[in-house]
Amino acid sequence: MLGVFSFGIDLGWALLMIPLLPLLGFLVLGLFGRKQIKQSSGIFATSLVLVSAFLSFHTAYGYFFKYGKLEGVYQKIIPIQFTWLQFSPGVSIDMGILLDPISVMMLVVVTLISLMVHIYSLAYLKGEERFPTYYSFLGLFTFSMLGLVVASNIFQMYIFWELVGVSSFLLIGYYYDRPSAVAACKKAFIVTRFADLGFLIGILILSFYAGTLDFNTLILKLTTTSTPEFLSATAASFMGISALTWALVLVFIGGAGKSALFPLHVWLPDAMEGPTPVSALIHAATMVVAGVFLVARLFPVFSMSAPALELVAFVGIISALFAALIACTQTDIKRVLAYSTMSQIGFMMFALGVSGSGGENGLGFTAAMFHLFTHALFKALLFLGAGAVIHFIHSNEMKDMGGLRKYLPITHITFLIACLAISGVPPFAGFFSKEEILLAAYQHNATIYWIALITSGLTAFYMFRLYFSIFWNKESLAHESAHGEGGFAMMLPLVLLSVGAAAAGFIPFGDFVSSDGKPLESVFHWQFSIAPIALGLAGIFTAMWLYKKQNNRSDTIAHSLSGLYKLAFHKFYVDELYLFITKKIIFNLVGRPAAWFDKNVVNGLVNATGNSTLFISEKIKGFQSGKVQQYAIYFLAGVIGLAILFIYVWK
Amino acid sequence: MNLTLLILLPLLTAVAILLMRNDAQVKWTALMGASAQFVLAFCLLFAFRKERALGNIAQMLFEFHYQWFPSWHISFHLGVDGISVAMILLTAFVVIAGVLVSWNVTKMTKEFYFLLILLSLGAYGFFMSLDLFVLFFFLEIAVIPKYLLIGIWGSGKKEYAANKLALMLMGGSALVLVGLLGVYFGAPNHNFDLMLLSSMHIPIAIQKICFPLLFVGFGVFTALFPFHTWVPDGHSSAPTAGSMFLAGISMKLGGYGCLRVATYILPDGAKEYANLVIVLSTIAILYGAFATMMQKDLKYINAYSSVSHCGFVLLGIGMLTKTAMVGAVMQMVSHGLMTALFFAVIGMIYERTHTRQVNEMGGLIKVMPFITTVLFIVGLCSLGLPGLSGFVAEMTIFMGSWQNADLFHRVATIAACMSIVVTAVYILRAIGQTAMGPIKEGHLSVGDARWNEKLAAIILIAGIVAIGIAPYWLNELVTPAADIIMHKIATK
Repeated sequence: MLGVFSFGIDLGWALLMIPLLPLLGFLVLGLFGRKQIKQSSGIFATSLVLVSAFLSFHTAYGYFFKYGKLEGVYQKIIPIQFTWLQFSPGVSIDMGILLDPISVMMLVVVTLISLMVHIYSLAYLKGEERFPTYYSFLGLFTFSMLGLVVASNIFQMYIFWELVGVSSFLLIGYYYDRPSAVAACKKAFIVTRFADLGFLIGILILSFYAGTLDFNTLILKLTTTSTPEFLSATAASFMGISALTWALVLVFIGGAGKSALFPLHVWLPDAMEGPTPVSALIHAATMVVAGVFLVARLFPVFSMSAPALELVAFVGIISALFAALIACTQTDIKRVLAYSTMSQIGFMMFALGVSGSGGENGLGFTAAMFHLFTHALFKALLFLGAGAVIHFIHSNEMKDMGGLRKYLPITHITFLIACLAISGVPPFAGFFSKEEILLAAYQHNATIYWIALITSGLTAFYMFRLYFSIFWNKESLAHESAHGEGGFAMMLPLVLLSVGAAAAGFIPFGDFVSSDGKPLESVFHWQFSIAPIALGLAGIFTAMWLYKKQNNRSDTIAHSLSGLYKLAFHKFYVDELYLFITKKIIFNLVGRPAAWFDKNVVNGLVNATGNSTLFISEKIKGFQSGKVQQYAIYFLAGVIGLAILFIYVWK
Repeated sequence: MNLTLLILLPLLTAVAILLMRNDAQVKWTALMGASAQFVLAFCLLFAFRKERALGNIAQMLFEFHYQWFPSWHISFHLGVDGISVAMILLTAFVVIAGVLVSWNVTKMTKEFYFLLILLSLGAYGFFMSLDLFVLFFFLEIAVIPKYLLIGIWGSGKKEYAANKLALMLMGGSALVLVGLLGVYFGAPNHNFDLMLLSSMHIPIAIQKICFPLLFVGFGVFTALFPFHTWVPDGHSSAPTAGSMFLAGISMKLGGYGCLRVATYILPDGAKEYANLVIVLSTIAILYGAFATMMQKDLKYINAYSSVSHCGFVLLGIGMLTKTAMVGAVMQMVSHGLMTALFFAVIGMIYERTHTRQVNEMGGLIKVMPFITTVLFIVGLCSLGLPGLSGFVAEMTIFMGSWQNADLFHRVATIAACMSIVVTAVYILRAIGQTAMGPIKEGHLSVGDARWNEKLAAIILIAGIVAIGIAPYWLNELVTPAADIIMHKIATK
């Protein structure tokens, strides 16, 4: 059942260890963490992830440079696979490891960021009572996320998809005695669950038409236009839309929920209730990009359905702009970062949406994956930097900050690097990936290109608004007595990630990751870059003008834009809309009537049956009195009655 | 392996309990008896797998045949297929856990344990019977003790609940009896033997009358809408082990009966009424879930959620595909384990906080880490988290349902799928309010689980995880049996 093919040094087992080591951490810390190994639980978990990360890098090196290519094309290799649950002949959930450029890249991203967060948390959460629990949940998350990215079967992906959801739930609710954290973790789980319903039904449709759940077979069957599977999936239609498009749209809903795209984004800002390192790992670098990864994994199938891709593109660009507008007005630094994450994921999504499959057309695909990669680095860095600030100042609010560059020099520099990277300033990483995205948009859809351009200007503005508000602005705060930056364990990840955020752009990404496995030449048009860079710099200077020194210019502007500002500040009232739908409509118009109906109508009928039986027997029990005289009278009455009946009525 | 052992053992245990002199002896006898059942159930599983591995493809294994009333063609006929083995395993898990959590019962201990063991006897007999008369006989053995368990050891409106439960289940039994007699007299040669009946062609007119009688009769046990109202009241008044047995075993008697008796021997009837079954079970799934959302008492929450989850069992049967049917059996096992664990954990919480109202609790993680961890696990199983049994069962049912390509089945499947969202809502509300949030003043000094409670929880969790992580063994066990039933439906 278990097929392990060897690639040189026992690739199979080394690969298997990548996800299993964090799982081991989860199990050991979950079972024994509270008592036996409380003190060393952080080190234990971190060392497991370190090995896992090392194996991932080893795998990546091996795949990209040694055995991954066959005749110049990166292959999809499944070194490990076994049948987990057989539904019917051909349709089964298989657990396996699928190696292809995107999954190998994700292995590196997930283990790297997870390792950084593990190290960082050693200092950040030092002294917490539930330290082992925290690390066990981190282990569960890392395991689930790795299982998700290497999934060789769409149902395997769904399984790990749910598992990352629950780890996210557990970690958001880590501070379980805060009502806001409890509300946030429930919200995150339920909103994504709602989206997962779409994913599930999408899987049902895809498996019905393709007759398989295996990614490779499924993609092959649904992209070859001559197969009966493809023909039936495109011929069948519901409400004028083909079954294939329906399936992809539903799958995309699942992805949009996990990736916090409009209008399913409402959980992400609230998810910031979790510990900050968790936000960096789950809600910035890895789990939230699962939706992008899902679309990328099924990209060949998506490219067969123009309407589905169009939806992906428009949801992506709307999310990007929408979140960027909100990010300009928020005052909680983690929420600004959360909206920025949503906006950046929007970028990746529309890049996929405007992409074609194969060759030069696949620029959007490569760009999306490139941006996913660089974003993971600089956004994790931003969150960890924000964590250092929060650790220092014990507040999330911008108004409590200012002038911190003196007290937190390392955090300051690394945060600045991350801000430059996300704003698209050359030569930092974000510049290259964003340029590719904009280029792909420019080649395919003018509307999307222009909105994306404006959004990238806004990005620079709100990031530097954040930067100047934290590290410049008010200077008078006295923090001399406070503790330092959090020590080596917190600074090391910042420095390492900032190196990545500064330099990752020089990776010739197209050589490794492309829509068809063949290297894609990345061409840079410097004249094309003028507009985005100019807009980015404009955003930065505007932010500098408004926030570098304490002044009331920003208030004046907010005031003059009162309508739009208010809308954005209140997040366009999407939360209120959801509350209305769930509280007022679902609870009051469905839940309450169902409970009432059950208690009164259905149960009432049962009680009525019982009561009427009782009532009747109460009335007639007197007949059975045991008195002979009474029986004689009944007898006589009966005889007379029957006599009358027979003589007069029936004749 | 001799199947009568599984009947003799509980019988001997029950008699031994009656002979014991003090409470401690009673408890240990019961625990030893339950452990022996547990071991025996595993022996059965291994013996069954061994026989199958040796290539024995007979439909029923380990058959036992004894002429009971020859003139009436009633014989004491036992035998097991994969479905029966799965149900027997479930029973053994729930019994041992039920005995363990009842360790603190002080009122009439001897009678309490006697009834518990008697119940398990009825359940084993029921799951092994291949003669409809014997099957009915064991069904009744499994019903009557419950009246006493609730009436004597219950809480709240216990007399009302005990009456309601007993009368509704008796009503269900009466329908079953009428249906069985209908089959007996309708079959070409008057017979109660299940294997014989399944090989005969029962006239369609008889099937059309008897199928609804049998299906509704057994359906009452498994909370078929709208005959589910005994579930919330019965569970909430029953003692902890009573609820566990009720939801973990009794409700499964119904599901098993619907499958083994109604659907298997009356395939034409099943085809005739399948759509009605689907409609009613889909209603139960969604309606039960929405009704759960509004409950505030933990036991009511689990009781209504059981209505919803048992709806999946009937949905799986009504879909009439092999995959969905396997899913239905998996759901029975999964829900049996899960709901027994849920009631056990509710009992543990109630014993310590003296309340079952979720809004009167909060932050219990702080004082009872073990119990709340179990609550999380069981809650996540209920909402279908992969790695736990609920997910496997529900997904198998969804995949099986989706094989029916027409719009009616599609709509029903999608509606049933929607329950995964509603379930998440009510489970997270319940967990969020009890385990998380600020802790209530009065609960700061309560303790965590004791050894017996821990052991019970660990046993049930082991079952849930074993199915959730490695579902293939259960799938392999059940699939051949479901194949035979489906084959019969498909060829008729």
